[in-house]
Amino acid sequence: MFTIIDRRLNPKGKSLANRQRFLRRAKEQVMRAVRDQASKRRISDIDAGGEIGIPTGGVSEPTLHRSMTGGIRDVVAPGNKEFIEGDLIPRPPQGGGGRGSEGSPDGDGTDEFRFALTREEFIDLFLEDLELPDLAKRKLATTESVSWSRAGYSVAGSPTNLNLVRTMRNSLARRIALNRPKADAILALREEIDRLERKGGEAERLAELRAELERLLRKSQRIPYIDPIDVRYNRFEATPKPVAQAVMFCLMDVSGSMTEHMKDLAKRFYMLLYLFLTRRYKHVDLVFIRHTHRAQEVDEDTFFYSPETGGTVVSTALEEMRRVIQERYPPDEWNIYAAQASDGDNTSSDNARTASLLTQEILPACQYYAYIEVGGDPELSPAALHMGARETDLWRTYRQLLGDGVPLAMKQVRHRREIYPVFRELFAKDQQTQGASA
Amino acid sequence: MTVATIDTSRPLWEGADWDYDKVRRAYDAIEVVATRDLGLDTYANQIEVITAEQMLDAYSSIGMPLLYKHWSFGKHFARDEVLYRRGLRGLAYEIVINSNPCISYIMEENTMTMQALVMAHAAFGHNHFFKNNYLFRQWTDADGILDYLDFAKGYVAQCEERHGLAAVERVLDAAHALMSHGVHRYPRRRPLDLRMEEKREKERREHQERMFNDLWRTVPTKGGAHNGLSDRDRRRAVLGLPEENILYFLEKRAPRLHAWQRELLRIVRHLAQYFYPQRQTKVMNEGCATYCHYRIMERLHSDGLMTDGAWLEFLHSHTNVVFQPEFDDPRYGGLNPYALGYAMMQDIARICERPTQEDRAWFPDIAGKGDSMAVIRDAWANFRDESFILQYLSPNLIRRFKLFHVRDDAREPALTVQRIHDERGYREIRQTLARQYDIAWAESDIQITDVDLTGDRKLVLEHRAMNQIVLDEDDTRSVLQHLADLWGYEVSLEEVDAATGARLKKHTVGPRMILGA
Repeated sequence: MFTIIDRRLNPKGKSLANRQRFLRRAKEQVMRAVRDQASKRRISDIDAGGEIGIPTGGVSEPTLHRSMTGGIRDVVAPGNKEFIEGDLIPRPPQGGGGRGSEGSPDGDGTDEFRFALTREEFIDLFLEDLELPDLAKRKLATTESVSWSRAGYSVAGSPTNLNLVRTMRNSLARRIALNRPKADAILALREEIDRLERKGGEAERLAELRAELERLLRKSQRIPYIDPIDVRYNRFEATPKPVAQAVMFCLMDVSGSMTEHMKDLAKRFYMLLYLFLTRRYKHVDLVFIRHTHRAQEVDEDTFFYSPETGGTVVSTALEEMRRVIQERYPPDEWNIYAAQASDGDNTSSDNARTASLLTQEILPACQYYAYIEVGGDPELSPAALHMGARETDLWRTYRQLLGDGVPLAMKQVRHRREIYPVFRELFAKDQQTQGASA
Repeated sequence: MTVATIDTSRPLWEGADWDYDKVRRAYDAIEVVATRDLGLDTYANQIEVITAEQMLDAYSSIGMPLLYKHWSFGKHFARDEVLYRRGLRGLAYEIVINSNPCISYIMEENTMTMQALVMAHAAFGHNHFFKNNYLFRQWTDADGILDYLDFAKGYVAQCEERHGLAAVERVLDAAHALMSHGVHRYPRRRPLDLRMEEKREKERREHQERMFNDLWRTVPTKGGAHNGLSDRDRRRAVLGLPEENILYFLEKRAPRLHAWQRELLRIVRHLAQYFYPQRQTKVMNEGCATYCHYRIMERLHSDGLMTDGAWLEFLHSHTNVVFQPEFDDPRYGGLNPYALGYAMMQDIARICERPTQEDRAWFPDIAGKGDSMAVIRDAWANFRDESFILQYLSPNLIRRFKLFHVRDDAREPALTVQRIHDERGYREIRQTLARQYDIAWAESDIQITDVDLTGDRKLVLEHRAMNQIVLDEDDTRSVLQHLADLWGYEVSLEEVDAATGARLKKHTVGPRMILGA
């Protein structure tokens, strides 16, 4: 008559599939909302979930129902206080005031549909249409690294992989099948012969036993205890493993001309790139190289906060990067990304060297090389507005290197809010197709 | 389960915490009151304990324990979740499913008093209503619904595998849009089974033999079998037009749909039909459940099975539920079905037991009859909201609620108060209120009237607009778009004033993509 069931332990997330269908359905609007949100957020908050609102348009569920206006409507309402028959009540303003409207049961008047995204959903959507360019190194064919996994047994192999259990099992089966004399039987026969020899007499029986022993020994020699056909080895199969590690080089000019504002812009860009790479690769290394007229690999704090003075020679940084690659990050094992931030100054005599280093050494090893040119805050120094008009030395140098299939991208950034769009542009999907078609 | 098993000397539970033993004891005590005092007749009960998240889950899948997958359920879940997390909306204390056994969900966070209240409300009140009300008996199959949902879920998943998510989604979207017009409003004639058919055949033969007269053969007839029907009428008769169940018509007649698409339409149609009685009995269903829980809890308390503390906690929840804000209150959102239903049940009981002179004049059948439960049970079994209000809303209650009738005519600058709670107003207020709950008035009357089969296969629909209220323009266009996609050819909807026959508006939509192709 009555049962009580505890459903609390039932698997959670019964409506997960529905939720995914909904997100897919509203993808365009959700993406737009996520993008808007992301530009408002602080970078450090970028990987958190949050509530977003999307216009109801794309996910509306229309039904056939009467319009909310026009016609003659009769309503019965409770709580009459002073009205008497025939009273006139001024029409309440449209859209406001609950009175006089029947109120459709499921029409909620909001023009925005709000709901919460989890952290994973937010980040996935945030990075959705950014696809790293030239992921060729993740292709199986070109990977050097393999992982081994057990896959059955084989008849050949190295002695360390010998599978004793299998081998002995085969051996035992063969010995039983071929009726190899047991050691016990031979021992017993020997003792018998021994006993008879010592006792003397029964020469006929002795001869018989000796012949039997002879036969058994011959047979056990013919049928070896372990035959090569018994031997089994553990078999391992090589599974090619895509390179799932990346190294990110952060290059920055720290000469006196770089202001705190510029460094801040650069930092934000690096963080975004780092966040992006950690989504794609299991393991991401960071290398910080700062340079003035000489370059130096430093730790993060020094990189961003330690003051330094000197001239500006970009090629030194590239040389340092080449050194680090050679020492620690062979390009066939690592996906190499580089992001360089600079105000665009370079000693003019260095430009040719920088260009040749890039084209011949750095770019071939890199998956991607992003150069962002940071400018002064336009709100603080209106003069910097004109910066875009003047091409800097470095900009001119790099621009000549651009071309099909060259994994180089460059952008100018002057304000925090431009960081994200620039990042998007640099890593937009269509660049990948360009690179692939080249 | 007899009275003897319950120790009547001490309360069934104390404090807020619940455990299975307490729930079981409370259930047994409630059952005794429900069957002995109220004479309830229920399906077997299955009570399931769930978490808040599972409650949200259940919300989003329109309360059903299992349902096929569709994005709209995900959307509802997302919205409910935000509202719940922001604290804008609490969760319902219970959800009850019209099935046999009757499944009621209770939430783990509830206190023991709440669990008892929920059991009395859902497991007995709603359960009795589901089992006995004529609409539910006629339209829903409590025994088979869970199996059917299981089938539907499996079938939709299978279709998604074979035809792709997008294709299935398009059909379901279209079907959902037409769901409100995918119900049969009147029971159809059931096809005869073999034995009945034989019986009828035999009767006819006997009748013919008895009436045989060879002279009939000699009577000259007009040449040909022309029966005087026009082409249009004949076509409509063959197609079973006019037809108000749009989904049914599409399922049977749409020229371009595949079998699996028809089956999907059928699933949505069955679901709509299953919920059809619920939409017509909101006041009665909640009134029934609320009245039951109040009577049961009151009895438990007076028998000493409930502590005074629990009683006060119960009263707090109960009064919250039956609270009716007045029209000028910012909390006002229409008549609260719990409040109206509960008040009407109480009022009927009062009329039966302590009638006034007025009651005797208005309700000669039941006034002073004594056995109020019998009258109320009869009402639960044989009425729906509209007829129930028309029959049982008393002047006393109209005065208590201070009901008044306002007319909003778009052509006039101001609203007029038509009737108030006085001698002249009772009947009209009662009638207007009943009409407000009449599904035929609440929902637009849309029928498929014609199909041009020999021509361009255009599907013609007609909306008979009541009180000159036309359909919502934007939504109607989107729904007609879905309809045209399913039909595969052009669809037009004409809006006609029901009183005068004047044409008000016409929408025509061609298919955007042909789902059946």
